[in-house]
Amino acid sequence: MPQHDVLIIGAGLAGQRAALAAAEGGASVGIMSKVHPVRSHSNAAQGGINAALNPEDTWESHAFDTVKGSDYLGDQDAIEVMCREAPQQILDLEHLGVTFHRNEEGRLGTRAFGGASAARTYYVADITGQAILHVLYEQLMKHSEVRRYEEWFVTSLMRDENGRISGAVARNIRDGRVELFVAKAVILASGGNGQIYNPTTNALICTGDGIAMAYRAGATLMDMEMVQYHPTTLAGNGLLITEGARGEGAHLYNAKGERFMEKYAPNKMELASRDVVSRAEQTEINEGRGFPDGTVALDITVVPRKRIHEALREIVMVGRDFAGVDITREPIRVKPGNHYTMGGVKTDIDGQTDIPGLYAAGECACVSVHGGNRLGANSLLDTLVFGRRAGAHAAEITAQLPMPKPDRSWVEAEERKIREIVSRERSGRRGAEIKAELGKTMDKYAAVFRDEEGLQTALETVRRLKEEAKTVATDDKGTVFNQDVLAALELGFMLDNAECVVVGALERKESRGAQFRTDYPERNDEEWLKHINLNLSEDGTPEISYSDVTITQWQPEERRY
Amino acid sequence: MPEYTLKIRRFDPESGRAAYWESFQVELPPERSVLDGVLQARDTQDGSLSIRCSCQAAICGSCAVRINGRTGLACNTKIGEAFERAKSFGHDEIVVEPMGNMPVIKDLIVDMDAVHWKKVKRVVPWLLPAGDPPEREYVVPPESMIDVTQTMACIHCGACVGACLSLEVDPEFIGPAALAKAYRFVGDPRDAATEDRLRDLAEDPHGLYDCTHCFACVEVCPKGVAPMDQIMRLRRRATADYGIKDRNNGYGHEKAFVDLIERYGTLHEAQLLPRSYGQGSLIRSQIDPSSLKQLASSLPTVINGLKSGKVSPKAALWHHKLPDQKHVRRIYKEIHSKDERLELNLYIVGESGGETEGAMAEGSQES
Repeated sequence: MPQHDVLIIGAGLAGQRAALAAAEGGASVGIMSKVHPVRSHSNAAQGGINAALNPEDTWESHAFDTVKGSDYLGDQDAIEVMCREAPQQILDLEHLGVTFHRNEEGRLGTRAFGGASAARTYYVADITGQAILHVLYEQLMKHSEVRRYEEWFVTSLMRDENGRISGAVARNIRDGRVELFVAKAVILASGGNGQIYNPTTNALICTGDGIAMAYRAGATLMDMEMVQYHPTTLAGNGLLITEGARGEGAHLYNAKGERFMEKYAPNKMELASRDVVSRAEQTEINEGRGFPDGTVALDITVVPRKRIHEALREIVMVGRDFAGVDITREPIRVKPGNHYTMGGVKTDIDGQTDIPGLYAAGECACVSVHGGNRLGANSLLDTLVFGRRAGAHAAEITAQLPMPKPDRSWVEAEERKIREIVSRERSGRRGAEIKAELGKTMDKYAAVFRDEEGLQTALETVRRLKEEAKTVATDDKGTVFNQDVLAALELGFMLDNAECVVVGALERKESRGAQFRTDYPERNDEEWLKHINLNLSEDGTPEISYSDVTITQWQPEERRY
Repeated sequence: MPEYTLKIRRFDPESGRAAYWESFQVELPPERSVLDGVLQARDTQDGSLSIRCSCQAAICGSCAVRINGRTGLACNTKIGEAFERAKSFGHDEIVVEPMGNMPVIKDLIVDMDAVHWKKVKRVVPWLLPAGDPPEREYVVPPESMIDVTQTMACIHCGACVGACLSLEVDPEFIGPAALAKAYRFVGDPRDAATEDRLRDLAEDPHGLYDCTHCFACVEVCPKGVAPMDQIMRLRRRATADYGIKDRNNGYGHEKAFVDLIERYGTLHEAQLLPRSYGQGSLIRSQIDPSSLKQLASSLPTVINGLKSGKVSPKAALWHHKLPDQKHVRRIYKEIHSKDERLELNLYIVGESGGETEGAMAEGSQES
């Protein structure tokens, strides 16, 4: 039976960074992922990573931009920590081998990004996330003392009699073996829940497993209603076109050929924060000024060809392979699409949740540095800063703790659960149909614009689907790569996530950041400058409570771009 | 909506049954992907159909398979185009099977750890800088970072490994993906182990010189990494920059090749072998005892060549020169007159270079 001081669930940037930090802190570390680590969705982060590293820039400026971007829902103590630590994170990555873009002098060069008052985004062409992920994986291969469990699926978090986390139960995807992993601390780094929406820029693996497992284990989820719609995704398949394109100078036009951002953000134009640009696009589309397929046009041809090939090569390929468009010669049609989970498992600045021994970092966590709206190129930063902090903190704490006693009953319970799923006879719809209905429902009612009636419809649908999901049968009865049974487990996780998103969105009766309520179109600081917390109650529904937003030096102001 | 038939290679290790073919009908617009087709089959017909996949955007590298005999990502192969290709071979079904050169675990899933990742680990895949890092960043030429970014663009999908013809013959070959990964460090000015890395890869009998220059990896790579180009650059670094004279005669073989073409315009096959053993020199190969020994061990090859008529005694002695050999010399002179060796990569030359390559890849695939 594997035992570790620190067990990390998820091996994207947050997980790998946590693993390296915990190992450096002297802990015995296991890192587990349902996919090979380089398949993690951190790969998809194209544009870059923010840091006030340039001597003319200041962390305070970065922090203020982040606070403003969050629509004042971000906790300013956490934002300060992130922005202060950002420069060192960039330098650490550079020293490990990340091939960051250089300026003429051979020093680190930057590009502009949305919502930022300075060009402070460091990048590797438009494969920044991939480049960092691969370099961290190089380090994991080098530090072979970190035990990797690749293609293991965690089904539940284990607690001891005092309610402290004592490990996790996981199924080896390759042979179906269910195993108990004893750990003094568990760090969730399992990513967001974009798959509850369709379309989404998120990969198929982004099913909110960690968020749901923490919620089921009693942890608090925070600001789950804050779901980012990215302004430039492809219609139909939802693929991402990096904000870096606008950072390099690309323009947005409606079908009448108007550069419509002039109306919505006269100063920042296309580089206003994402919620603002997405709402502007959706308004144009809703009011009949979009193209017939519900899109607007992103014109990258204004960027010099050589620069496009050097800095936006991935996007050239996405345009060519997935939209049949040569972005160096013609505009590409885009629309707002589901992209990022600002909410998640509530943590402090060291990644600790309110369950002793349980940490969370990266997209599954809500520290909260993103509040109501995340700035582009702050997500990679979030994963690295808080991944590192969680890993270091967990290593320090667990050095003093005894190894928890293994409790086999947890394994038996999970084995029973899986056996029950596999033994079901098909009596209703397939899991994929339920997932499809969920995705359409969320995209229709819990998207850029929301209202009471639509959200109620969404809640009823999600709860009906939750019941239906309990009957989903599998065709695959085997143990080797039984993706069928994993999909059934993921569907359960997704529905818990979706319920929390909708309940949060119904509760927040104001418009702030990514949450725009057409029935409450104003931000209301008097009543709603607070976090919405959700806990699983006895009857299986989320129980609502509130917590204060931490304000250090920036009082809420009206937000203009 | 058009209907397509996917003929999928199935294998269930728990069934005790050999691999078999199963056909699925799917309905999709032609611009959707083969992966969409496989997922539709799985979601509506048989949930046990297994394939690794995640991003559906050619970024995560999970879904490399063989489609109509050609290795590639299922997510960026359009189903309509795959069908047209199948039709051009006289088939009405799109054939989807697991990649080659790696053991199959189940259906379309292969064991990447046993082959691909093992080979990646072989090349010491982490940066080895000299001493402690600077206080700020390493200051390096901007082009060097753009240059190695081409190999950083590798998503480790294994398509090149699955398609590599050398690996088929020598499973121990380090292979295209891992060697491209090696270039990522050799080309990185922050790495301090360049010569050691090159020597190690050149001296390995399954290393740098095991590639037969067949372009298969370049054709199938979905990200334009062009692994073979990176292997050739490793060779140029090893020979021209570090003068590494390896025991596999890679150095000599390359020198012999280049010298012979300069002299004759076409390959003088009868001289290639002896010159390779003599580090490019015909005289040295005939007096150096170790070369003589190696030459003797190649006698069966020589005899086979004579028997099959590939080499005739007459052609071996009097190799004709190209009539316009002076043009070949002119090319050599032009190249030698440059102070620096030009190493172009896709991030620098852009798409026009890529398009030519793509067109070539299509053409050679058809033949």
